[in-house]
Amino acid sequence: MNSNAAHKPVCAESDAITIAFTLNGKSHTAKVAPGERLLDTLRYGLALTGTKEGCGEGECGACTVLLDGLPANSCLVPAFQVRGRDVRTIESIPAERLGPLLESGATQCGACTPGVVMTAAWIRDHRSELQSFTTRALMAGNLCRCTGYDGIIDGLERWIASESGGRS
Amino acid sequence: MLRIEGLSKLCGAERYLDDEPLEGPLKGCLWGMTVRSPVSRGRIRDIVYGAGFNWSEFVVVTPDDIPGPNETYLIENDQPVLAPGYVRHMHEPVALIAHADRDLLRRALASIRVQVDPEPPVLDFRVPPRPEQIQRGTDNVIKQLRICKGDVEKVFATAPIIVEGEYETGAQEHVYIENNAMAAWIEDGPAGDVVVVRGSMQCPYYVLNAVKHALKRDETRVRIMQSPTGGGFGGKEDYPSTIALHAALLALKAQKPVKIVYDRSEDMAATTKRHPSLVRHKTAVDRNGRLLAQKIEVILDGGAYVTLSPVVLSRGIIHAAGPYSCDHVLIEGRAMLTNSVPYGAFRGFGAPQTIFAVERHMDRIAQKLGISPLEVRRVNLLKDGQTTSTQQTICGGTDRHALLERALGETDYARLLAQAEEFNREHPYLRRGVGIATVLHGAGFTGNGEVYLNSKVDVAGLPDGRLEVLAASTEMGQGTNTVFTRLAADAADYATDDVLVGMPDTFRVPNSGPTVASRTVMVVGKLIERAISDLAAQLGGGGSPLRGKALKDAIIAWHRVNGGGSLKARATYTPPPNVKFDDKKYIGDAYATFAWGVCVAHVEVDLRTAAVRVLHFTSLQDIGKVINPTLARGQVQGGTVQAIGWALSEELKFKDGGMANNSLTNYIIPTSDDVPPIRVLFHENPYEHGGGGAKGVGELPMDGPAPAILNAVAHATGCDPLAIPLTPERLMPLLEATP
Repeated sequence: MNSNAAHKPVCAESDAITIAFTLNGKSHTAKVAPGERLLDTLRYGLALTGTKEGCGEGECGACTVLLDGLPANSCLVPAFQVRGRDVRTIESIPAERLGPLLESGATQCGACTPGVVMTAAWIRDHRSELQSFTTRALMAGNLCRCTGYDGIIDGLERWIASESGGRS
Repeated sequence: MLRIEGLSKLCGAERYLDDEPLEGPLKGCLWGMTVRSPVSRGRIRDIVYGAGFNWSEFVVVTPDDIPGPNETYLIENDQPVLAPGYVRHMHEPVALIAHADRDLLRRALASIRVQVDPEPPVLDFRVPPRPEQIQRGTDNVIKQLRICKGDVEKVFATAPIIVEGEYETGAQEHVYIENNAMAAWIEDGPAGDVVVVRGSMQCPYYVLNAVKHALKRDETRVRIMQSPTGGGFGGKEDYPSTIALHAALLALKAQKPVKIVYDRSEDMAATTKRHPSLVRHKTAVDRNGRLLAQKIEVILDGGAYVTLSPVVLSRGIIHAAGPYSCDHVLIEGRAMLTNSVPYGAFRGFGAPQTIFAVERHMDRIAQKLGISPLEVRRVNLLKDGQTTSTQQTICGGTDRHALLERALGETDYARLLAQAEEFNREHPYLRRGVGIATVLHGAGFTGNGEVYLNSKVDVAGLPDGRLEVLAASTEMGQGTNTVFTRLAADAADYATDDVLVGMPDTFRVPNSGPTVASRTVMVVGKLIERAISDLAAQLGGGGSPLRGKALKDAIIAWHRVNGGGSLKARATYTPPPNVKFDDKKYIGDAYATFAWGVCVAHVEVDLRTAAVRVLHFTSLQDIGKVINPTLARGQVQGGTVQAIGWALSEELKFKDGGMANNSLTNYIIPTSDDVPPIRVLFHENPYEHGGGGAKGVGELPMDGPAPAILNAVAHATGCDPLAIPLTPERLMPLLEATP
């Protein structure tokens, strides 16, 4: 049991749902409450605190994870719905590949950053399919209050250029 | 130099308060929540705790549990920690509850009814209060301030042309992405138990003073530690004191650790915001646009308690005349008490409001005279040797006229203007326009504020020869730690890896003042340099100060001799020479120095929807020496986008005095797709009394965008917008009334 588990949502044993899913490439089993958000399962159940809560209503994107490869606001996903699915969190992204975002000033306070990186990783991995969209339009689901977005957009474009075709 | 904690933030490893493992001091941590007022003003009759909950399992704190005065220590201490039987604004804290189960706690909180006998609130600061609305003095005025230079009335009596205008700005919510979060617990100490508070904050010593005061403890029995802070913008200047006290009161009563983490809706509803303003200008000019007299009235909505309003008003009026020379200036300002949530610090601290007014007014003067907005500024921009409204003689060698011309050249302003006019002739429903603003921002605390703060920084030489900077200045995203490391490394001739910046902890760091007012690099950075040079001189034993390897070897040698000892040098603030301000008469050097800027906005207005889109934006800034170009550019870009939101989309809606759109669904901050790339240009003119030659950068970027954008909208459409946010709802009727 991890040390954050005490703050995980609780429910009667008989109501708990056991789910199996893939988390950052590994099979995983978790017991979740019926109304539990995936965000809370990650943060409190599994101590994966890289995923942040910004607004709790799917507007800011700070809690973005990749669900079956697509960006999703984990605050809006009931945890039981990830049964049998593939969940990737910021903890799956190796820090040493994030140099272009560091150099461009993509992070300031850092609270929106993990969500930004998850969306950016998805854009980078699917650039050719997303060609008809600008990076500014694609990043519009991740609110940042510090950078004014230029550091993020420049970093993402450098990241795409430096790893074109690469996948993490 | 790259941001020190940047990779840790990028990969999600940075631990904000709510990310901390529930072990060590947080083992057994309860959640805390706040019972709030349901009305804007009235006497509390009762607090009814809902049926169906076993309340003996909950920790409940009421004003009776406060050991000391029920006051939040700040300028006037008029804000209670918990409302003592009487509430003055919607969502005011009334009581606190804690429990280990967050969901149960939420339900329990929802069951509580605060019963209040309502009294008539003041919800509009612009109109004089009725007798039954008076709650402070005889007129609800929190603070009144006046700047007087020359004799405006004498000029008005014979002035050839007078231009008047009335300008309004709305409230603004900070929307730092990390909501407020604070934990408190009790530890044993040599002089009795110690209340420890850790959390998201800008000003650890403000929190310390507040907790000491209301808990009746001295600083040996209260310890405040900052946790990594996910944005502040002024929103975590004073309000964290309240949350820290709430967490501490619950922890004391529970004798267990307690964590309070606001969700977004609570944070938006309950915490401070930018002061709404109403500014009236009456200006006498000659035919060339020269300012002969400026009479300016500034009214701020202060909200329900004094909090920081007197100093916000002070900065507001000092910036109200703009970066212009005028011999006759009268500025009268007042902050009004209302029954809104207390308004507080927000990036710019009153200056963006008054600069919005003066910069729109300058364009309207030009319009009235039939001259260009450039001309009216060229005629009036301050030159070194001329004086501001407080009769401060401007010096420092920055040529503001050259700044303006450079901004015009870099943006190809004349061509933009011609293209916009051509575009507007052709297009059926889109209109383009170009607008400028020329701005100033006083760096550091106003007047004698820095002297009163008496800031201190320690630099420690560690046993392995490295240096540690010990200051209360916080990293909240703006880059304090990275820049402090750079300045210390340069001062000591060290590699940056050999410099540490300690996390603010009031048991370890001296009070280097609050992390506000664009003062951190300029004022505190300079203290770091001085402390290092003192340390180097001390170890040099009367010879020349040691640097680099010699300093490192001397530190290691000192520790060998003084095993276990602490080697530190302390620098205390001293004002630059010849800086004098009379804070009764508001005459003199309001700031040791000013930063200067020029903004150029290029916008497009859709006549069908009244939506305004910023197509290009350029910001040219003189912030002294640029210490870290990536971080400085990030400050300007981020500040500009925050100002674009304030100008165009961020509208606080109120219902019965409370924020009704306290959600990111309908309080609209800009996304990446709403704003253009922000082009940033620096004019580097080192300031000798600033750390590394820097002046302040944090706030200046907030000052210019709103007026530049509205000036551009006026140019694009021929209408005359005077209030922000200029939402489509506000612009549409203006467009309809424009021929």
